[in-house]
Amino acid sequence: MAKGVWIVAEQRGGALRKVSFEIASAARKLADQLGEEVSAVLVGSGIEGLAPELAKYGVDKVYVADDAIFADYTTDAYSAAVAKVVKENDPSILLLAASVQGKDLSAALAGKLATGMASDCTDLKIEGGKMVAVRPMYAGKAFGEVVVESYPQMASLRPNVFPVVENAKAGAVTKFDAAIPADALKTKVLETQQDASGKIELTEANIIISGGRGMKGPDEYKLLEELAGLLGAAVGASRAAVDAGWRPQTDQVGQTGKVVSPNLYIACGISGAIQHLAGMSSSKYIVAINKDEEAPIFAKADYGIVDDLFKVVPEITAACKKIL
Amino acid sequence: MNIVACVKQVPDTEALIKVKADGSGIEEGGIKWVMNPYDEYGVEEALKLKEKNGGEVTIVSLGPARAMESIRTALAMGAEKGVHITIDKADEYNTAAALAAAIKEINPDIIFCGQRAIDDDSAQVGSILAELLGIPQITIVTKLEVADGKVKAVKPIEGAQLVIESSMPCVITAQKGLNEPRYASLPGIMKAKKKPVDVKDAAALGISVEPKAKIVKMTPPPERAPGKIIAGDDPAVKAAELAKLLREEAKVI
Repeated sequence: MAKGVWIVAEQRGGALRKVSFEIASAARKLADQLGEEVSAVLVGSGIEGLAPELAKYGVDKVYVADDAIFADYTTDAYSAAVAKVVKENDPSILLLAASVQGKDLSAALAGKLATGMASDCTDLKIEGGKMVAVRPMYAGKAFGEVVVESYPQMASLRPNVFPVVENAKAGAVTKFDAAIPADALKTKVLETQQDASGKIELTEANIIISGGRGMKGPDEYKLLEELAGLLGAAVGASRAAVDAGWRPQTDQVGQTGKVVSPNLYIACGISGAIQHLAGMSSSKYIVAINKDEEAPIFAKADYGIVDDLFKVVPEITAACKKIL
Repeated sequence: MNIVACVKQVPDTEALIKVKADGSGIEEGGIKWVMNPYDEYGVEEALKLKEKNGGEVTIVSLGPARAMESIRTALAMGAEKGVHITIDKADEYNTAAALAAAIKEINPDIIFCGQRAIDDDSAQVGSILAELLGIPQITIVTKLEVADGKVKAVKPIEGAQLVIESSMPCVITAQKGLNEPRYASLPGIMKAKKKPVDVKDAAALGISVEPKAKIVKMTPPPERAPGKIIAGDDPAVKAAELAKLLREEAKVI
């Protein structure tokens, strides 16, 4: 019978990503309720030394596939390795991050393992011995509770939502050979082009400052970037701003962009179209700055300022400089 | 070149989504249905590829009777024919299994899907489809080149862009930025009415209707408590008050 709560830890360039500790902590919580162990799968090249870091967040066992063929993440190599060790061990629950890599890997695994998965979950609980996964649908306009009837019960977890909890366990390492013939791999990474250094990824940012149509043009985003630099925030944009060519598509927040849940979301000159609100209304705190007091964004905001953003934002930057 | 583009019909992004009182689903009355925006990028890329290399584009969709509208839209954009797998509802795995069964018969060189559908937001079907067909996949693609039986794709990840090469056939899931989808022309719309669409019942494809992932309950999103408007005339005073609230009350800066 399927037993145990498993996670796939995510590493990039030989370093574990924070979301790995989030899913380890979430797995520990489920495992404690079930009276079962937490195991992590770690795939990469030169990554065996990362196991103790996972143990800190409640991982009992770490299954490691360390091989030069895993130097770059590819869907086919990583999913073949994880599927092999999961099939051999028959866990009850399998959790991954709903990061870019985790979304890709988890969906391929759902195919390889012929099981169901709840994607991009924001809460997990155990009811009657089964996992119940809570997930936003329609970009957060509705929530669904999902039960997976097949095994392993898979879920991917939205980054930045599950708390990291230290809870040291053994983290005993078992190495496994993924035994992937090189000619079985059909894809390869030809090139990795790094974005401008220091840019914070929207889906992982604690604070996001977004600008919309009210920004009036691309140059004015300097105002937001200055405040963002001070707060360690990422800069986002509404669809209107992206469609106008003011900001790159990767900065778009909303139903056809990124769905984000930072601790603080500051919306500047964003009226709050339904499709934008859907992408950010799970933020813990929302600030709206807009000239139009009737703008729908104010209905979602914890704090609102009805005024010209070009006057207010520089003053916020000045005020933050004083108190931080 | 033999090309498949998968499409799903979804509520328009501006649609208000209302959960039924019994939590069994959403109220469908009054919803404007459109082709999933990410699938439009897939259809456009399929058409561009056909225009460059010759061949034909087959649109495959799974859904209730109304899904035919999205198939006709794609045919009006320029695709040659369609397959409509009729079923009211299916989970991600069964959807992919049904698409795989229909697509096997077409034996395409390349398959396009949207990177996710904006209703369920699962981002699973394209990947599972690739696995069930036993072919490689590249997800969330913003640029594509096809040459010499291989594809080269650009995929943005957190903080970087990857250039990935894959053999063909393969599944590509389309992300915004891949292209600008064309509008269907009036002559296109007229022609689309006569283009062939093969309607297949999901059960006849041998697809299980027992979901592996079951939505047991839907709820509206949690209500947010009413907020505070920081009043006053002086932007500097209001900004200082906001900074203080964020620091001392919300404790987020």
